[in-house]
Amino acid sequence: MTEELIIAGFGGQGVLSMGKILAYSGIMQDQEVSWMPSYGPEMRGGTANVTVIVSDERISSPILTIFDTAIILNQQSMDKFEKSVRPGGTLIYDPNGITRHPERTDINIYQIEGARLASEMGNTKIFNMVVLGAYLKVNPIVKLENVIKGLKNSLPARYHKLIPLNEDAINTGMKNVVDMHILN
Amino acid sequence: MGELKLMKGNEALAEAAIRAGADAYFGYPITPQSEVIEYLMAEKPHERTGMVVLQAESEVAAINMIYGAAGAGKKVMTSSSSPGISLKQEGLSYIAGAELPCVYANVVRGGPGLGTIQPSQADYFQSTKGGGHGDYRQIVLAPASVQEMADFVKLGFELAFKYRLPVLILSDGVIGQMMEKVELFDQVPRLTDKEIEEKYPWATTGRKKGTERRVITSLALQAHEMEAHNLKLQAKYKTIRENEVRYEAINCDDAEYILVAYGSSARIAQKTVQMARQKGLKVGLFRLITLYPFPSVDMQELCKQGVKGFLAVEMSSGQMVEDVMLAVKGCAKVAHFGRFGGVVHTPEEVLNALEQKIIGG
Repeated sequence: MTEELIIAGFGGQGVLSMGKILAYSGIMQDQEVSWMPSYGPEMRGGTANVTVIVSDERISSPILTIFDTAIILNQQSMDKFEKSVRPGGTLIYDPNGITRHPERTDINIYQIEGARLASEMGNTKIFNMVVLGAYLKVNPIVKLENVIKGLKNSLPARYHKLIPLNEDAINTGMKNVVDMHILN
Repeated sequence: MGELKLMKGNEALAEAAIRAGADAYFGYPITPQSEVIEYLMAEKPHERTGMVVLQAESEVAAINMIYGAAGAGKKVMTSSSSPGISLKQEGLSYIAGAELPCVYANVVRGGPGLGTIQPSQADYFQSTKGGGHGDYRQIVLAPASVQEMADFVKLGFELAFKYRLPVLILSDGVIGQMMEKVELFDQVPRLTDKEIEEKYPWATTGRKKGTERRVITSLALQAHEMEAHNLKLQAKYKTIRENEVRYEAINCDDAEYILVAYGSSARIAQKTVQMARQKGLKVGLFRLITLYPFPSVDMQELCKQGVKGFLAVEMSSGQMVEDVMLAVKGCAKVAHFGRFGGVVHTPEEVLNALEQKIIGG
């Protein structure tokens, strides 16, 4: 199993930390992982994306142009990465702020209203965990228990009280992911 | 099994310096390697092992602190990125001339000049041909993973003290900035002053009554003395060339075409090999681990085995490719491919170049 994934959105949406949690969860179940952020002069308010690879084998290139899955969280990223999903692959997006919805018919498309659900839960910071939940429902590459284990191992003890909230957010994402276009 | 962590290459390098038993790190921040000093400052290694971490007033100051501390037999490290490494060249030449051990890392960014902060491999000539003045060489290790960023610090110190020369860990913005799983080696204890005095008869640890005066210098005004010193250095470099070559041959056994690459380009090229194999092309990857010494002899062996062409893949306009040409001595076709100035090539671009420049060309 090798999953090559891009998560793309605005800086500050938790794109990079979502990737990090996923990578950490992979380590918890003895998989190989890589996490490669786009880094450059564009930072605050600009676009941010990260390539995450989780695999049973040694990982080759951490830099890719074609992905198994794209998680897209703003319009700029939709414009840039809709075309980068391999045929038969998966696109998950939050419709918040999206003016042009994905049009491809050769990939699986799912929607998650992460921004709305997180604000209904009373904490917009858990937006990325709602989206992560949606992704793990569609593609359960890591087990939920390993995500929690990863959070425990990567977060300083003073943040451990937030783990149940994060778990709720993941579960909310899992329950609310919507099929938009599914291949036969 | 050591401790498993998810770390950036730069962080792994910093953590490895503490664990390798380094006595000091002197540095100055620059993107894309600032996490090295950031991590060291946050980690407070003086509380863990007694290691000193100091932000110098400049790169020039940092390398001269290295020169001084190395002269006292201490295990010392610095790091920077391309423009900062250029500033360190005078000090490095002195360290090589005075035959002192040190480890330093260059997390390469696009140049020339102030360039860009994006990844590049355009410092190959500077790294392997002697970036400072004079007839000296240094061992150059090229990590291709976060794991190797950690492991090569330990290996680098071993080699630096074995041969008494600077060892360069040459990575780039990709390896420095990406996170991977890393298994950290156990803490190596720092040497005590007494151990240093006993172990390193050259170290200037303070003259005691009845002992010989120890002098560290790169200066010998008499030309014949300097020539003799140079001959000694050259003999050392020959020993290194004969004993310290390191590389990894991936899918090379039946290969007709070979991609030659190091560092992040080797990772990208490995994907190209997978893609080429799926198309039925017999392609292998010759990944350089030491850039100096260069694995020339082993590359010639590939020619004898029937390899028809080599594509040197590097994020530069063509530097390592010259060493590949010298190594294979015309026995097979050699071409270069690489994006540069901070642009990273994709596995697809490498495959296209292979098909056009080597297989079809």
